[in-house]
Amino acid sequence: MKIKVLYFARIKEAVNYSSEEVDLPESVTNITTLKQWLSLRGETWNRLFNGDQVVRAAINHTLVDNLASIQTGDEVAFFPPVTGG
Amino acid sequence: MKILVQSEDFDVSDELNLLRQSSPNIGAVVSFVGLVRELNEDAIQTLTLEHYPGMTEKSLHEIAQQALTRWDVLDVTIIHRVGTLRLQDQIVLVAVTSAHRHNAFLACEFIMDYLKTQAPFWKKEHTQHGEHWVEAKSIDDKASQRWELKN
Repeated sequence: MKIKVLYFARIKEAVNYSSEEVDLPESVTNITTLKQWLSLRGETWNRLFNGDQVVRAAINHTLVDNLASIQTGDEVAFFPPVTGG
Repeated sequence: MKILVQSEDFDVSDELNLLRQSSPNIGAVVSFVGLVRELNEDAIQTLTLEHYPGMTEKSLHEIAQQALTRWDVLDVTIIHRVGTLRLQDQIVLVAVTSAHRHNAFLACEFIMDYLKTQAPFWKKEHTQHGEHWVEAKSIDDKASQRWELKN
Protein backbone atom coordinates (compact mmCIF):
# COMPACT_ATOMS: atom_id res chain seq x y z
CA MET A 1 0.00 0.00 0.00
CA LYS A 2 1.06 3.55 -0.69
CA ILE A 3 1.33 6.15 2.06
CA LYS A 4 2.92 9.57 2.56
CA VAL A 5 5.62 9.97 5.23
CA LEU A 6 6.65 13.36 6.66
CA TYR A 7 9.67 14.20 8.82
CA PHE A 8 10.13 17.23 11.08
CA ALA A 9 12.84 19.11 13.01
CA ARG A 10 15.90 17.04 14.05
CA ILE A 11 14.56 14.01 12.18
CA LYS A 12 14.06 15.93 8.94
CA GLU A 13 17.65 17.16 9.15
CA ALA A 14 18.98 13.65 9.85
CA VAL A 15 17.26 11.99 6.87
CA ASN A 16 17.73 15.08 4.72
CA TYR A 17 14.23 15.42 3.32
CA SER A 18 10.84 16.44 4.58
CA SER A 19 8.40 14.12 2.82
CA GLU A 20 8.18 11.08 0.57
CA GLU A 21 5.64 8.68 -0.94
CA VAL A 22 6.42 5.07 -0.05
CA ASP A 23 4.96 1.76 -1.22
CA LEU A 24 4.93 -0.52 1.82
CA PRO A 25 5.41 -4.30 1.75
CA GLU A 26 2.55 -6.33 3.27
CA SER A 27 4.56 -6.92 6.44
CA VAL A 28 4.30 -3.22 7.38
CA THR A 29 0.97 -2.68 9.13
CA ASN A 30 1.59 -0.30 12.03
CA ILE A 31 4.01 2.34 13.34
CA THR A 32 6.38 -0.24 14.89
CA THR A 33 6.74 -2.24 11.68
CA LEU A 34 7.09 0.97 9.63
CA LYS A 35 9.95 2.10 11.90
CA GLN A 36 11.60 -1.32 11.55
CA TRP A 37 11.25 -1.21 7.76
CA LEU A 38 12.68 2.34 7.51
CA SER A 39 15.57 1.33 9.82
CA LEU A 40 16.80 -1.07 7.13
CA ARG A 41 17.70 1.88 4.89
CA GLY A 42 21.08 2.36 6.58
CA GLU A 43 22.97 3.56 9.60
CA THR A 44 21.34 7.01 9.82
CA TRP A 45 17.84 5.51 9.74
CA ASN A 46 18.75 2.72 12.13
CA ARG A 47 20.22 5.20 14.64
CA LEU A 48 17.15 7.41 14.28
CA PHE A 49 14.56 4.73 15.03
CA ASN A 50 16.58 2.46 17.34
CA GLY A 51 18.68 5.04 19.18
CA ASP A 52 18.22 6.74 22.55
CA GLN A 53 16.17 9.69 21.33
CA VAL A 54 12.38 9.55 21.42
CA VAL A 55 10.58 9.60 18.06
CA ARG A 56 6.89 10.50 18.15
CA ALA A 57 4.44 9.57 15.39
CA ALA A 58 1.19 10.98 14.02
CA ILE A 59 -1.26 9.46 11.54
CA ASN A 60 -3.44 11.93 9.62
CA HIS A 61 -2.62 14.76 12.09
CA THR A 62 -3.34 12.76 15.27
CA LEU A 63 -0.64 11.68 17.74
CA VAL A 64 -0.52 7.87 17.91
CA ASP A 65 1.41 5.13 19.72
CA ASN A 66 3.52 2.40 18.12
CA LEU A 67 0.63 -0.05 17.78
CA ALA A 68 -1.52 2.29 15.67
CA SER A 69 -2.34 0.64 12.34
CA ILE A 70 -1.60 2.24 8.98
CA GLN A 71 -4.08 2.31 6.06
CA THR A 72 -3.60 3.03 2.35
CA GLY A 73 -3.34 6.75 1.67
CA ASP A 74 -2.47 7.67 5.27
CA GLU A 75 -0.18 10.59 6.08
CA VAL A 76 2.31 9.37 8.68
CA ALA A 77 4.65 11.87 10.38
CA PHE A 78 7.73 11.29 12.53
CA PHE A 79 9.06 14.00 14.84
CA PRO A 80 10.86 14.61 18.17
CA PRO A 81 8.95 15.51 21.36
CA VAL A 82 7.41 18.96 20.83
CA THR A 83 8.92 22.18 22.26
CA GLY A 84 6.48 25.00 21.43
CA GLY A 85 4.98 27.65 23.67
CA MET B 1 -12.74 30.47 19.37
CA LYS B 2 -9.82 32.03 17.50
CA ILE B 3 -6.77 29.93 16.60
CA LEU B 4 -3.94 31.46 14.56
CA VAL B 5 -0.52 30.13 13.57
CA GLN B 6 1.40 32.96 11.93
CA SER B 7 4.86 34.43 11.38
CA GLU B 8 3.69 38.02 12.09
CA ASP B 9 3.70 39.53 15.57
CA PHE B 10 0.41 40.13 17.43
CA ASP B 11 -0.92 43.01 19.53
CA VAL B 12 -2.06 41.73 22.93
CA SER B 13 -4.16 44.83 23.59
CA ASP B 14 -6.06 44.45 20.29
CA GLU B 15 -6.71 40.77 20.95
CA LEU B 16 -7.95 41.35 24.51
CA ASN B 17 -10.22 44.18 23.35
CA LEU B 18 -11.76 41.93 20.68
CA LEU B 19 -12.45 39.25 23.28
CA ARG B 20 -13.76 41.74 25.84
CA GLN B 21 -16.24 43.25 23.39
CA SER B 22 -17.60 39.89 22.21
CA SER B 23 -20.07 39.33 25.05
CA PRO B 24 -21.70 41.30 27.91
CA ASN B 25 -21.38 38.23 30.14
CA ILE B 26 -17.58 38.44 30.39
CA GLY B 27 -16.41 39.26 33.90
CA ALA B 28 -12.79 38.15 33.52
CA VAL B 29 -10.12 38.00 30.82
CA VAL B 30 -7.00 35.99 31.69
CA SER B 31 -4.07 35.99 29.28
CA PHE B 32 -0.59 34.49 29.02
CA VAL B 33 2.18 35.70 26.69
CA GLY B 34 5.28 33.56 26.12
CA LEU B 35 8.51 35.31 25.09
CA VAL B 36 11.88 34.37 23.61
CA ARG B 37 14.27 34.50 26.55
CA GLU B 38 17.93 33.96 27.35
CA LEU B 39 18.34 30.31 28.29
CA ASN B 40 22.07 29.76 28.78
CA GLU B 41 25.23 31.80 29.08
CA ASP B 42 25.48 31.14 25.36
CA ALA B 43 23.59 34.18 24.03
CA ILE B 44 20.69 33.44 21.70
CA GLN B 45 20.79 35.45 18.51
CA THR B 46 17.62 34.06 16.97
CA LEU B 47 15.10 31.30 17.55
CA THR B 48 13.45 29.38 14.71
CA LEU B 49 10.06 27.77 15.24
CA GLU B 50 9.10 24.92 12.93
CA HIS B 51 5.62 23.36 12.94
CA TYR B 52 3.48 20.76 11.19
CA PRO B 53 0.92 22.75 9.15
CA GLY B 54 -2.52 21.21 9.44
CA MET B 55 -1.78 19.15 12.54
CA THR B 56 -0.80 22.27 14.51
CA GLU B 57 -4.14 24.01 13.95
CA LYS B 58 -6.07 20.78 14.62
CA SER B 59 -4.16 20.18 17.83
CA LEU B 60 -4.73 23.77 19.10
CA HIS B 61 -8.45 23.54 18.27
CA GLU B 62 -8.74 20.30 20.23
CA ILE B 63 -6.92 21.76 23.25
CA ALA B 64 -9.12 24.90 23.23
CA GLN B 65 -12.25 22.75 22.85
CA GLN B 66 -11.21 20.62 25.85
CA ALA B 67 -10.82 23.79 27.94
CA LEU B 68 -14.26 25.06 26.84
CA THR B 69 -15.82 21.71 27.76
CA ARG B 70 -14.06 21.33 31.09
CA TRP B 71 -14.45 24.80 32.58
CA ASP B 72 -17.22 27.37 32.47
CA VAL B 73 -15.38 29.69 30.08
CA LEU B 74 -16.85 31.80 27.28
CA ASP B 75 -14.17 32.09 24.62
CA VAL B 76 -10.54 31.25 23.83
CA THR B 77 -7.91 32.93 21.63
CA ILE B 78 -4.63 31.16 20.83
CA ILE B 79 -2.01 32.81 18.60
CA HIS B 80 1.32 31.01 18.10
CA ARG B 81 4.11 32.40 15.95
CA VAL B 82 6.40 30.38 13.69
CA GLY B 83 9.53 31.25 11.71
CA THR B 84 12.46 33.31 12.93
CA LEU B 85 12.14 35.23 16.22
CA ARG B 86 14.54 37.37 18.24
CA LEU B 87 15.25 37.74 21.95
CA GLN B 88 12.25 39.24 23.83
CA ASP B 89 9.89 38.67 20.87
CA GLN B 90 6.41 37.38 21.63
CA ILE B 91 5.96 33.66 20.78
CA VAL B 92 2.49 32.77 21.98
CA LEU B 93 -0.71 34.33 23.31
CA VAL B 94 -3.40 32.39 25.15
CA ALA B 95 -6.40 34.42 26.31
CA VAL B 96 -9.55 33.09 27.98
CA THR B 97 -12.78 34.86 28.94
CA SER B 98 -15.29 33.78 31.58
CA ALA B 99 -17.88 35.16 33.95
CA HIS B 100 -15.61 34.58 36.97
CA ARG B 101 -11.83 34.66 37.18
CA HIS B 102 -11.23 31.19 38.64
CA ASN B 103 -12.36 29.29 35.52
CA ALA B 104 -10.39 31.58 33.21
CA PHE B 105 -7.16 31.15 35.24
CA LEU B 106 -7.48 27.36 35.22
CA ALA B 107 -8.39 27.12 31.53
CA CYS B 108 -5.53 29.42 30.49
CA GLU B 109 -2.96 27.37 32.41
CA PHE B 110 -4.40 24.09 31.12
CA ILE B 111 -4.17 25.31 27.51
CA MET B 112 -0.52 26.37 27.91
CA ASP B 113 0.47 23.11 29.64
CA TYR B 114 -1.19 21.01 26.93
CA LEU B 115 0.12 23.20 24.11
CA LYS B 116 3.69 22.68 25.32
CA THR B 117 3.40 18.87 25.23
CA GLN B 118 0.88 18.20 22.43
CA ALA B 119 1.05 20.86 19.71
CA PRO B 120 3.62 20.07 17.00
CA PHE B 121 6.07 23.00 17.30
CA TRP B 122 9.85 22.64 17.52
CA LYS B 123 12.31 25.35 18.61
CA LYS B 124 15.84 25.70 17.31
CA GLU B 125 18.22 28.16 18.98
CA HIS B 126 20.87 29.97 17.00
CA THR B 127 23.81 31.28 19.07
CA GLN B 128 27.22 32.66 18.22
CA HIS B 129 28.58 29.12 18.74
CA GLY B 130 26.15 27.41 16.39
CA GLU B 131 22.62 26.09 16.37
CA HIS B 132 20.79 23.36 18.27
CA TRP B 133 17.28 21.97 18.70
CA VAL B 134 15.69 22.69 22.07
CA GLU B 135 15.13 19.46 24.03
CA ALA B 136 11.71 18.68 25.49
CA LYS B 137 11.61 18.97 29.29
CA SER B 138 10.15 16.39 31.67
CA ILE B 139 8.86 19.26 33.84
CA ASP B 140 6.51 20.18 30.98
CA ASP B 141 5.23 16.59 30.81
CA LYS B 142 4.56 16.70 34.56
CA ALA B 143 2.75 20.03 34.23
CA SER B 144 0.54 18.54 31.54
CA GLN B 145 -0.10 15.28 33.41
CA ARG B 146 -1.48 17.04 36.49
CA TRP B 147 -4.58 17.96 34.46
CA GLU B 148 -5.41 14.34 33.66
CA LEU B 149 -8.81 13.39 34.96
CA LYS B 150 -8.78 10.75 37.69
CA ASN B 151 -11.24 7.88 37.38
